Amino acid sequence: MRRKPLFAASPSSFLPSRRALLVAGAVMAAGASLPGFPLAAGAAPGTRRIPSSGEAVPAVGLGTWITFNVGNDPLLLERSARVMEAFFAGGGRVIDSSPMYGSSQATLGYGFDRLGRPEGLFAADKVWTSSQREGPAQMARSRRAWKVPRFSLMQVHNLRGWEAHLPMLLEKKAAGEIGYVGITTSEGRRHGLFEEIMARETLDAVQVTYNPLDREVEERILPLAAERGTAVIVNRPFRQGALTRRLEGEKLPDFAAEIGASSWAQLILKFILAHPAVTVVIPATTRPEHASENMAASGGPLPDAAMRERISAAIGGL
Amino acid sequence: MPVLEGWSYRPADFLLFSERVYWRLFELQDAALWPLQLVALAAGGAVLLLALRQRRGAAPAIFLILAAAWLLVAVSFLWQRYLPVNWAIAYAIPFFLAEAGLLLGLLLGRGGALAAPWSPRLLAAAGLLAYALLAHPLLPLVAARPLASAELFALAPDPTAIVTLAVGAMLVEPRSAWLIMPVPALWCLASFATLLTLGSWQGWIVLAAPVLALSVRLLPADGPSGRVQA
Repeated sequence: MRRKPLFAASPSSFLPSRRALLVAGAVMAAGASLPGFPLAAGAAPGTRRIPSSGEAVPAVGLGTWITFNVGNDPLLLERSARVMEAFFAGGGRVIDSSPMYGSSQATLGYGFDRLGRPEGLFAADKVWTSSQREGPAQMARSRRAWKVPRFSLMQVHNLRGWEAHLPMLLEKKAAGEIGYVGITTSEGRRHGLFEEIMARETLDAVQVTYNPLDREVEERILPLAAERGTAVIVNRPFRQGALTRRLEGEKLPDFAAEIGASSWAQLILKFILAHPAVTVVIPATTRPEHASENMAASGGPLPDAAMRERISAAIGGL
Repeated sequence: MPVLEGWSYRPADFLLFSERVYWRLFELQDAALWPLQLVALAAGGAVLLLALRQRRGAAPAIFLILAAAWLLVAVSFLWQRYLPVNWAIAYAIPFFLAEAGLLLGLLLGRGGALAAPWSPRLLAAAGLLAYALLAHPLLPLVAARPLASAELFALAPDPTAIVTLAVGAMLVEPRSAWLIMPVPALWCLASFATLLTLGSWQGWIVLAAPVLALSVRLLPADGPSGRVQA
């Protein structure tokens, strides 16, 4: 039996249902009631601006690496749709995927079929091929799998074939076929070349791994992004779940309450979002309640520099 | 050096799916193909009996059953189920088809002589074969997974590879054995890497299979009567 879509599936307007509004309202109210540090200047609570355009996007997105690669399993497809439902209900709009992620793109397409596409959906995908000719065809296949008319952001996955793909992406951006252009890396790979490209090319966004234990990007890449006016998307905030699994059962530090963090996951996300160069963090999850919990992390106060060090030390010490 | 700098991958970086998704593949496979499990078990049992009793035409019948099993696994499991979550499986499917071809080649050609009945080699290989048929499907019970995710000969790749390795160990002619054993041995290595990365101890069993099969080949192929079946 099909569930009622979360968003009315009209092609021109996607209106949130009463249930979505209630959940989103509860999340926002929880964030607004907390005292503490201000959010990024110039953006509504829980949102950040993309420097190259000024467009505001929710600061917590949804990653799909591993979690949404469920093949044609009807049970797990439905569970993924429930994750998307909770994410949208919490105000989430930024979703990131890649043709490298198995069936993740098709899972998103399944979710949009079930729920409708929310207004303001920010669809971020990647081109992942060493072949220059294959790039546009791969992007077209990705768009069909997602079932979206256009990608908001197209990134070169792990710099693969970047020399060929970047000019093509910039052309497509100029033609209005995609919204923004970026490059990605993960787990600290090829940071030297990454920096070179950031400094040389005009990029709207970069995607890197960053969390309280993996902080290499703080030295050069994040400052360079701030200097160049490049948005930063943070992947693997929980080290593919290894970090949150390791912290499971450990007592949350008392200072977590000062910034309204009620879980280790929220504490980690707040640590990341507190860096002024960070635009969006994209945690992945298979559980709807975790998607809601992640979204709530963008509301309320964020840690200052001293507290960020305490968070990093607390997690590193466990 | 960009090449060296770029090569900082770990096994986990090549794993695109979760353990939950992996075991669900077998649940879905078993649910979709029921009651083919009964046929698969009967076919596996036939391989065991044919090897032990060695009536005329036993070896060709064994090769035919194995070829059909590799074809069935390639199409029904690798292509239809595993490929959607693991694009690297596209590279494995031709090897499975090639293995089916090699087994059919052995069926048509000569070189199917099996170790003699009651020979140490045949008995040890039959033990490995019996494990793959009867005990391997029960591993979910030990691992606290539903039995619905049982991996069966001819329906799942690991037990099919182990059965083939056991038959390879039974073959007298080294050339025949070396024709049909590399693909299942390579599959077992790949499966071991996958399971180990997923954190499953089951990987060590899959790794042990080719090691055992190769060790079994070192045992005498002659039985008490000294007869080897041609």
